[in-house]
Amino acid sequence: MDNKRTNPFIIIGLSLFSLACILPFWLVFTISISNETDVTKHGYSFWPKQIDLVAYRYLLQDSASILRAYGVTILVTIIGVAVSLFITSALAYTLSRKDFPYRGALSFYVFFTMLFSGGLLPWYLVYTRFLGVQDTLLALILPGLIGGFNVLIMRTFFTNSIPPSLIDSAQIDGASEYRTYFSIILPLSLPVMATIGLFTIVAYWNDWFTSLVFINNEKLYSLQYLLNKTLMNAAFLQAIADKAYSNTATVAQPLESIRMAMAMVAIGPLVLVFPFLQKYFVKGLTVGAVKG
Amino acid sequence: MAAVDFAQQTQEELPEPRAKARPRRGLKQAWQYRALIVLALPAILMLFINNYLPMFGIFLAFKDLNYTEGIWGSAWVGLKNFEFLFASNDVWRIIKHTLLYNLAFLVLGTVLAVLLAIVLNEVRSRILSRFFQSAAILPNFVSMVIVGYLVFGFLNPDLGFVNKSILEPMGKDPVAWYASPEYWPYILLLVNTWKTVGYSAIVYLAAIVGLDQEYYEAARIDGASRWQQMTKITVPLITPVIIILTLLAIGRIFNADFGLFYQATMASSMLKETTEVIDTYVYNALLVTGDTGLASSAGLMQSIVGFVLVLTVNYVVRKISKENALF
Repeated sequence: MDNKRTNPFIIIGLSLFSLACILPFWLVFTISISNETDVTKHGYSFWPKQIDLVAYRYLLQDSASILRAYGVTILVTIIGVAVSLFITSALAYTLSRKDFPYRGALSFYVFFTMLFSGGLLPWYLVYTRFLGVQDTLLALILPGLIGGFNVLIMRTFFTNSIPPSLIDSAQIDGASEYRTYFSIILPLSLPVMATIGLFTIVAYWNDWFTSLVFINNEKLYSLQYLLNKTLMNAAFLQAIADKAYSNTATVAQPLESIRMAMAMVAIGPLVLVFPFLQKYFVKGLTVGAVKG
Repeated sequence: MAAVDFAQQTQEELPEPRAKARPRRGLKQAWQYRALIVLALPAILMLFINNYLPMFGIFLAFKDLNYTEGIWGSAWVGLKNFEFLFASNDVWRIIKHTLLYNLAFLVLGTVLAVLLAIVLNEVRSRILSRFFQSAAILPNFVSMVIVGYLVFGFLNPDLGFVNKSILEPMGKDPVAWYASPEYWPYILLLVNTWKTVGYSAIVYLAAIVGLDQEYYEAARIDGASRWQQMTKITVPLITPVIIILTLLAIGRIFNADFGLFYQATMASSMLKETTEVIDTYVYNALLVTGDTGLASSAGLMQSIVGFVLVLTVNYVVRKISKENALF
């Protein structure tokens, strides 16, 4: 009898848990639409005393830095994801070919990168001294291009879902290796491309570490790094407010709500697309999950 | 987990080389497969730059790195960097923190994730189940920078929710959170669990959903309650998964989540006493204080211990269940 209906305690428990997951976002949202005097008087709260969109108006007035950061992030994400998917799948395809003579050695080459790392300092020097890409967009794109894990996930997909006979017959019909890869393998690998692609998008979109390490030029700040600066550096927040406020009088600037409004502007689009992507995200999390 | 597949696959594939004509050797063979090599080349190159060049760079830990002299011109100093590192009390502190935090994250994270997965599996309504899963993964979806904002919303010493809306009405003094290291082990444990538990729960849920339903049918016929089914069927059946995932996490126990320790604490130097871990230490030595000797020696120590740990853990996993080993 209790198979059809869920135990109400479970529903209550899970609802409370979901609330705990969502409430922190709600707090930041409320601050962003609160009146600054209320905030400074009563502190942050989960319900605005009166709704005041002044912070968003500020950000509109000086939207240049945010728009720029958005532009950097979008550009880096698009290029990064496209190149990453291409080179990852090309390597994975090569590794999935059982007749490829260097398969074992190449697999080890990929796998070893997951076991041992040179550490932050040599990695930093490779990009700054050897490639000299600090303060360029390349510094934001290159480090995320390839990961051993993704290569292996894709390779598993290719070996499990593309029958070797398909490749053989295409090549008997005269298709070159490139043609086989581009017009047979790639179209068949859309599911795994979507999953890995989504994870790569999120990784590039959420990346702030490479900016922290490699970027000094304010014009190249990514969205997350701009946010990071706004949170940790009061002077930086003040500068944003000053710039937006230069043409008005000396009313106290709503620094608190500006800061949180910036976070909302960054989270907003993500939260809006999240429900649509969630299904793929879950699929990705459980990709290759251990069999029970 | 993908590594699990990888291992299975290697074992499945190795014994069956493709029955083609006897492969030719050397350059001729490479020429025959030139197209596949060309396809693989960009990724090989990128792995070389991003992963292998830094590995060769570990010799820097034995040099007194000096930017004006350059990498090659800097003097060799043998183990001096390591002597400095281990002479300071810092190193034991950061090792202890890294291990204890990861251990606490692992224990609490695993218990809660398994519990959450079991409970999620009990939800019969598809819509509700989807909603709960969405809410659970949302924290995993946002960046650590955003997490820093959320924590700040609660802990801002002047206006934060905790000081203003909880402590003040109770008549207690506000706490200068970002200057009070004693609270941070609990805060970080809470934040990390909040961010990661939904993700792990989904992984465990996938394992539970994959269990053979016949066990449950048989148990129901015998009159087992749902509680009995959970504790007597679900938990024992996913225990191997728990063990494997735990072992794999132990392999990474020497690596801290830099983002968590950097963003959630807002990089406050007053919290170091309880929140400094190897990764933040190396970062600070390299980019804040510019002490490259400490950065390279601590980094190399972390890499080597991490490598040994992964090999050891893999050895243990192989003993328990060969198909789940990484290699």
